Amino acid sequence: MWSRLVWLGLRAPLGGRQGFTSKADPQGSGRITAAVIEHLERLALVDFGSREAVTRLEKAIAFADRLRAVDTDGVEPMESVLEDRCLYLRSDNVVEGNCADELLQNSHRVVEEYFVAPPGNISLPKLDEQEPFPHS
Amino acid sequence: MLGRSLREVSAALKQGQITPTELCQKCLSLIKKTKFLNAYITVSEEVALKQAEESEKRYKTGQSLGDLDGIPIAVKDNFSTSGIETTCASNMLKGYIPPYNATVVQKLLDQGALLMGKTNLDEFAMGSGSTDGVFGPVKNPWSYSKQYREKRKQNPHSENEDSDWLITGGSSGGSAAAVSAFTCYAALGSDTGGSTRNPAAHCGLVGFKPSYGLVSRHGLIPLVNSMDVPGILTRCVDDAAIVLGALAGPDPRDSTTVHEPINKPFMLPSLADVSKLCIGIPKEYLVPELSSEVQSLWSKAADLFESEGAKVIEVSLPHTSYSIVCYHVLCTSEVASNMARFDGLQYGHRCDIDVSTEAMYAATRREGFNDVVRGRILSGNFFLLKENYENYFVKAQKVRRLIANDFVNAFNSGVDVLLTPTTLSEAVPYLEFIKEDNRTRSAQDDIFTQAVNMAGLPAVSIPVALSNQGLPIGLQFIGRAFCDQQLLTVAKWFEKQVQFPVIQLQELMDDCSAVLENEKLASVSLKQ
Repeated sequence: MWSRLVWLGLRAPLGGRQGFTSKADPQGSGRITAAVIEHLERLALVDFGSREAVTRLEKAIAFADRLRAVDTDGVEPMESVLEDRCLYLRSDNVVEGNCADELLQNSHRVVEEYFVAPPGNISLPKLDEQEPFPHS
Repeated sequence: MLGRSLREVSAALKQGQITPTELCQKCLSLIKKTKFLNAYITVSEEVALKQAEESEKRYKTGQSLGDLDGIPIAVKDNFSTSGIETTCASNMLKGYIPPYNATVVQKLLDQGALLMGKTNLDEFAMGSGSTDGVFGPVKNPWSYSKQYREKRKQNPHSENEDSDWLITGGSSGGSAAAVSAFTCYAALGSDTGGSTRNPAAHCGLVGFKPSYGLVSRHGLIPLVNSMDVPGILTRCVDDAAIVLGALAGPDPRDSTTVHEPINKPFMLPSLADVSKLCIGIPKEYLVPELSSEVQSLWSKAADLFESEGAKVIEVSLPHTSYSIVCYHVLCTSEVASNMARFDGLQYGHRCDIDVSTEAMYAATRREGFNDVVRGRILSGNFFLLKENYENYFVKAQKVRRLIANDFVNAFNSGVDVLLTPTTLSEAVPYLEFIKEDNRTRSAQDDIFTQAVNMAGLPAVSIPVALSNQGLPIGLQFIGRAFCDQQLLTVAKWFEKQVQFPVIQLQELMDDCSAVLENEKLASVSLKQ
């Protein structure tokens, strides 16, 4: 988490996506800048994929902005409808498990009892090295 | 037999008038015939027949497990079923076979129910039309009903008029279509913002959403942890009560289930005295977009209660207009968090890229999720950004409390049950529905149903009457938290008053009808 934040801080958004934010500014609230798009894509590990997706997000934000009209002074946030009750906690005894084989079966890449992941600590390619919306 | 209620079939099974295997085969055959509805993603034929065999043994030795023994049911494809593919109608989980059963599935199986298959839905239960899943949209059986066709003055046997088929509503559309087309007696759905009640209203069924905390969510692939509940779709209220009786109760595997004493079995008393009831009509639910037909039925229903002596009063839920916005923020935020588990490493789809974990996750998620899911994840992440957290997410949580309090205040003013519409209008044609995007449609269609999820209250949609076009319209009853039994008792009384017509699917039932006729001659004695 920290390394990613540091990485984002160091990386100055050079130029950003071409022919893209220039369209966003006139219509949108100006909130969806290229930096925000990139940031969201990094956090979500899901890409926008198209111009329409950004427009949809802008509309979603505009929709959510309606909440500002509600007076919530002195109101506590509600996290759960069961907030007045105590959670039931199980006793700390092992009653099941030993199902490694079953669980490993669902993975595409397994070596002995390990899930195999590609190497970590490698950043995604920089934005200007990518074409905008390669998958629209 | 397929059109009977659960209790009637159960009695028939006990009396040996039909065996579980025969019942199972009838349902399987009807499933094959109604394949064009696209209600099922997976039909678990072998599993069902094996379960039927075991059920038969139990009936022969007089050791049946209860009212659900040998009864065909269907389960929405976002509930984990051991050994049976569970996809959530998404590429991300295509081919995923869970190693365990969801608690609610296990409870039904423990009662001897026959699992006919997994039903279709919107991808990851996001949507209000059951149109956005990877296996295609679900068609509303009422599109093919005599009631609808006659109103459209079309030849019911013409094949080429299929372009105007109607949506089932969503996201539990497959479950609704399965029950509505008589392929099973009950189906499990999930309800996060109305996903069980919406298709129930469009398909002429009873769609029940239990109180949050009454039924276990273990094994239900989560969308919004603080609002999800398993829902029940049946053809009558009594059946829903029977299923609820099997499902309700604390689960050590779901810490959000409540350890409350519940009356089991769920026998619904007949409503003794309607005049002791107080029905609340929330005035803010009268929105301009509400169709005049639904409005008229709503009004007639209120009059019905009043004519029987019940007190019918107008109540106010002042924050109603903000409810859908609040839901939108909370839902996308929780979705963003819940969808983070799909990274391709331990289960589900995995892409071919092996350069780095981040690249692999990103590509896997791009390939696995459709636009709707990705859109919600991105919106959710936006609202959860540090600079937005207070203004959007926490703000929405505060508004949620205001909305929940609105309901508390309404009930405290002496109201037992609230009566509202379930949907703005009857089911619309698919071609009409897809003109707007998923988020817009959800915002429109969930308007009466999602506030209930935010407050965690029980609610049920009851089919009331057919519209001028011959399509079902439902009304919703909302009860106090954990007063599910009282809610269903009121709903059962109302159901009896309105006598909603049975769907006429003659063309489909052609082969079955001959057998049906023979069976009508045999009387079934019901032990009440």
